[in-house]
Amino acid sequence: MKVEQIAIFLENKSGRLADITSILAGHGINIRAMSLADTADFGILRIIVNDTDNAKQILRDNGFTVGTTEVLVVEVQDKPGGLAEVLQIIKDGDLNIEYMYAFTQKSGDTGLIIFRFDEIDDAVNVLMKAGVRLLSGEEVYSI
Amino acid sequence: MIFDEEFETMPRLALESLQLHRLQKQIANVYLKVPYYAAKMDAAGVHPSDIKTLGDVNRLPFTTKEDLRKNYPFGLFTVPMEEVVRIHASSGTTGQPTVVGYTKADIKMWAGLMARSLSAAGAHPNDIVHNAYGYGLFTGGLGAHYGAEELGATVIPISGGNTKKQIQIMRDFGSSVLLCTPSYALNMAEVMEDQGVDLKELKLRVGIFGAEPWSEAMRIEIEKKLGIKAIDIYGLSEVMGPGVAIECAEEQKGLHIMEDHFLAEIVDPDSFEPLPLGEKGELVFTTLTKEAFPVIRYRTKDFSRLITDECSCGRSFYRMEKVTGRSDDMMIIRGVNVFPSQIEEVLIGIDGVEPHYMIIVDRKGTLDTLEVQVEVSDNLFSDEIKNLEATTMLIQKEIKERLGVSCKASLVEPRTIQRSEGKAQRVIDKRKF
Repeated sequence: MKVEQIAIFLENKSGRLADITSILAGHGINIRAMSLADTADFGILRIIVNDTDNAKQILRDNGFTVGTTEVLVVEVQDKPGGLAEVLQIIKDGDLNIEYMYAFTQKSGDTGLIIFRFDEIDDAVNVLMKAGVRLLSGEEVYSI
Repeated sequence: MIFDEEFETMPRLALESLQLHRLQKQIANVYLKVPYYAAKMDAAGVHPSDIKTLGDVNRLPFTTKEDLRKNYPFGLFTVPMEEVVRIHASSGTTGQPTVVGYTKADIKMWAGLMARSLSAAGAHPNDIVHNAYGYGLFTGGLGAHYGAEELGATVIPISGGNTKKQIQIMRDFGSSVLLCTPSYALNMAEVMEDQGVDLKELKLRVGIFGAEPWSEAMRIEIEKKLGIKAIDIYGLSEVMGPGVAIECAEEQKGLHIMEDHFLAEIVDPDSFEPLPLGEKGELVFTTLTKEAFPVIRYRTKDFSRLITDECSCGRSFYRMEKVTGRSDDMMIIRGVNVFPSQIEEVLIGIDGVEPHYMIIVDRKGTLDTLEVQVEVSDNLFSDEIKNLEATTMLIQKEIKERLGVSCKASLVEPRTIQRSEGKAQRVIDKRKF
């Protein structure tokens, strides 16, 4: 149920994002989802790719600081109130979201939201009990 | 092991009488041979015959780098050039290089003092000495080289640079003693880590590091990463080169000064008045036996204090406290004196922070700004902004608390701070005075 996400440290210098994407492209790695968090001085790029271990190694070899984190990928109905419904479950379950970002599938009537929780195991329990569908790593990597 | 038992353990009384005898001879000779020194002594109203006790040394005028520059290149030599067998010079990054010369006897004396130093650090004649100090005009390379030969060890004159090859040779040749700058030692440790070198493949046992100030925290880091005992060595080309003072392996607490050849004083860095024994100030050296290029009361700009307590190693030489800063390196940030080594001490003390840093001083309007750049290691990194910001805030808080100056800590990508293969460049001062 848990999906591995790669986080990469970036200084706020022009071209760093382009460097990362071209390095990954050069090794045939496909980015499934991404988000960039930034401050005045630095940024953290978070990505989910089709081959986490390989991508991590390649980025390390190219001198980047890389970490991995487990996140949950939640399916929500692609209609008004779809996200609100899930967030209500999270609120009722007293779960704390560190951050979240969204991406869409190629087709279908559902959207995907990536959540990073403090307590991922509690989150899995709460969401599963409420009947929310969580995508497995395999599913996400092969989207 | 004590290499030169007779002198290194000489009772203080005998040692001081030897020092006085040598000092009187040296001053008389310098007065006779070097018009520049004679003129300075005349102007200060002091004659060689006035030196009746060791304490009288403080009647003599100081020598500074400025004096050396004015006499560039050979003006302060006391012997004709045919007796000079070697020249060394400082890098001259802050102006004209300072040039020093050695007679055959000087080279022999220096080799002897370096052999003493190696021995004090725990090196033996059957060691393989990996000498990664730069060979050339810099005194480090050749100074250590002759000393290791004098000791009877096997020297690998590898000089600085080409770190991967250094490591290969270290492994293949079984280097057991490493000599280089402390910052280069850390650089090597990092490259070893990258290459997955197992310390068990190496025979390294002792490292003798000098040529730049380094903190106790850095010692712990080097000892841990290289699995060795890290010993501090002190020297400067104007006085001789490496081997003026050395830590003993027994205590690693203060560096024994080769007092039979050098007379050390500590003076107030502002008034230049001599300070009572044990107080901290600027180190001043007078050479007692050098022939080609003696110096009288040379102001080193290094801060230290003398330790007069007996040492468990048996040497009777006083020790100088590990140099933590030079007046050259001292930054005055909004009126507060700050040494790079103090910042280093704070950084190494914070979990996950690597000892690769850069200090950037600038001035915005009338206000000095201090920025400390630190590389983000895997240990430090987090996918959450708040955790990274907590690290920078912690660095800022610790520096503020310990040094009394506020700074901005910035995180930079790994390996973006330049690695040292010699003396590390830690500070960029962009202020225009």
